[in-house]
Amino acid sequence: MEQAGSGEGKAEKDGPVHVLTASPSAVGPAWGRLVEKLADAGFTVHKLWEQADADTFFANDGDQIKAVVPGHEGVNGEMMDRLPNLEIIANFGVGYDAIDVNAAKDRGIRVTNTPDVLSDDVADLALALMLDVSRRLTLADRYVREGKWEEGNFPIQRKVSGKKVGILGLGRIGQAIASRASAFHMKVAYHGRHEKSGVPYEYHSSLVDLAKACDFLVIACPGGASTRHLVNKEVLEALGPKGCLVNIARGSVVVESELVKALAEGRLGSAGLDVFEDEPRVPEELRKMDNVVLQPHIGSATFETREDMADLVVRNLTAHFSGKELPTPVA
Amino acid sequence: MAKPDVLVLAKNIPLILDELPQFCTLHKLYEETDKDAFIAANKEKIQAIVTSYNVGAKADLISSLPNLKIICCFGVGVDAIDLGKAKELGIPVTNTPGVLTEDTADTALALLLTTLRKACAADRFVRSKSWSKNDFPLATSLSVGGKKAGIVGLGDIGKAVAKRIEAFGSTICYQGPREKPEVPYKYFPTVEALAKEVDFLVLTCPGGAATFHIVNRPVLDALGPNGFVINVARGSVVDEKELVQALVEKRIAGAGLDVFESEPKVPEELLSMDNVVLFPHIGSATIETRSNMARLMMDNLRAHFDGKPLLTQVQ
Repeated sequence: MEQAGSGEGKAEKDGPVHVLTASPSAVGPAWGRLVEKLADAGFTVHKLWEQADADTFFANDGDQIKAVVPGHEGVNGEMMDRLPNLEIIANFGVGYDAIDVNAAKDRGIRVTNTPDVLSDDVADLALALMLDVSRRLTLADRYVREGKWEEGNFPIQRKVSGKKVGILGLGRIGQAIASRASAFHMKVAYHGRHEKSGVPYEYHSSLVDLAKACDFLVIACPGGASTRHLVNKEVLEALGPKGCLVNIARGSVVVESELVKALAEGRLGSAGLDVFEDEPRVPEELRKMDNVVLQPHIGSATFETREDMADLVVRNLTAHFSGKELPTPVA
Repeated sequence: MAKPDVLVLAKNIPLILDELPQFCTLHKLYEETDKDAFIAANKEKIQAIVTSYNVGAKADLISSLPNLKIICCFGVGVDAIDLGKAKELGIPVTNTPGVLTEDTADTALALLLTTLRKACAADRFVRSKSWSKNDFPLATSLSVGGKKAGIVGLGDIGKAVAKRIEAFGSTICYQGPREKPEVPYKYFPTVEALAKEVDFLVLTCPGGAATFHIVNRPVLDALGPNGFVINVARGSVVDEKELVQALVEKRIAGAGLDVFESEPKVPEELLSMDNVVLFPHIGSATIETRSNMARLMMDNLRAHFDGKPLLTQVQ
């Protein structure tokens, strides 16, 4: 347990903030800084991943917990029940599909996330994946490291500038991707539940039509039930043998088994994936493919942005426990 | 009329084997076991050389062909062609500018993004199954936005790079032999002064004597331990030994390199580093651009034999 030294009176008012992380992907240097910032702001931090036994922890200390800061693994109703004095869930991330928001609302628990601060980084990674996959750049880097360049030139690949990109979900991240793609003279089109007014990009009411019309399909929509498995066999085949799928959103949006088959059979050209259905598990077949680039969910994983996200989490918690308006609530 | 004889020095130039024989007789020097003997036997015939940016054409070859009238280069970089000798003998040289600008700019951006975000290292991490056990170490993965980019050589490629980098939220400064009043970017007269100011140096200048080793130890020191070098120009622009030392000693943060001093040799020390990205000189290596380059080169050659003005002669 970490106790803050000074806290300007907040430490007495606030209960401990429990930093939850059940999966290894949420434990790392970013959490170290988050924990420091929480302690500096006067919170008492409990790290679930350091407890010898989770059940014992909940039984003994569950009622002290007034706030939870989860990562990808989220918070379900069952955990909320084990924390009877829980007031707020401050998500470290913009996607909160792993949080049962309805269960939170039923219990009067507030939920916040970290939008905007990470949009640029995630969009940057989307472009990096488009360039990387189309030009087979990570493969080229491997080619050099394995000494193959001395045996012959790397095969030529496909140009990126000037091509057509379709964005599934033209939210903050989607728009950041669109403006970057435009600098590469790419034609941008999009699909979502509704057409957006005031954007200079072509709307497609059908995702299959968007996939058919584009060279790249970039998934930038939220996760959750409403987008589950939108990118299915039909969409992948519409994208086609020269098409490229980029996913920086959530693994749940894609039918992963169909994606793997389509890539293996050449019905889909290539893919750049930062997210998977069951992280950190990645289908074995993908690991061996040369026409994919695989990233371990690092869309927002830069030193600068993780600092900004941690600051925003602290601002949300501080606002809540000072009775002020929440900066970035989702519930 | 007999078809003119053309000496082809580089292999794998797309389209030329299909189309050039329609109006030329091709002699593929790269297929000859005894190149000197071949030249001695055929030198009077040769009216044109077709070569590439990395094969070039040396002075002694140029001098040995008494009826050589033109040298056509597949690629924009002509530093491997002895331009002095060609000029002395009144032989025009053509290259392929413009058509490869976008691809090369795309490669520069890809190097910048993959180096700062450690994308290649991350891909290796996932393939090695490390993700199931640990988080990807991100302490030195950095945002591209909100930074300062220093472009060395603000020609067509440099300007295309600048436009793209701006879309990622970074600002542009540049260095070159002359200030360019038509661009809105801040000019620095020396590479060292530029390096001091910026977070990453992007090299997009030509190769050759004028830019030899302009990125040297003082420049790397000025760039500093948080700085990156991105090179899509020529290996000769960077003092490679100093660059490797700076990386080994962590005096700069990382590098994204498409070109090297002795291609295809890449310094051993770089091969195990996670803060570098290494490409095998693929700046313009796309199907679309390579055929556009080949077409432009052939159009120059055709124009020459038709007595028409050359399209893209090197000045």
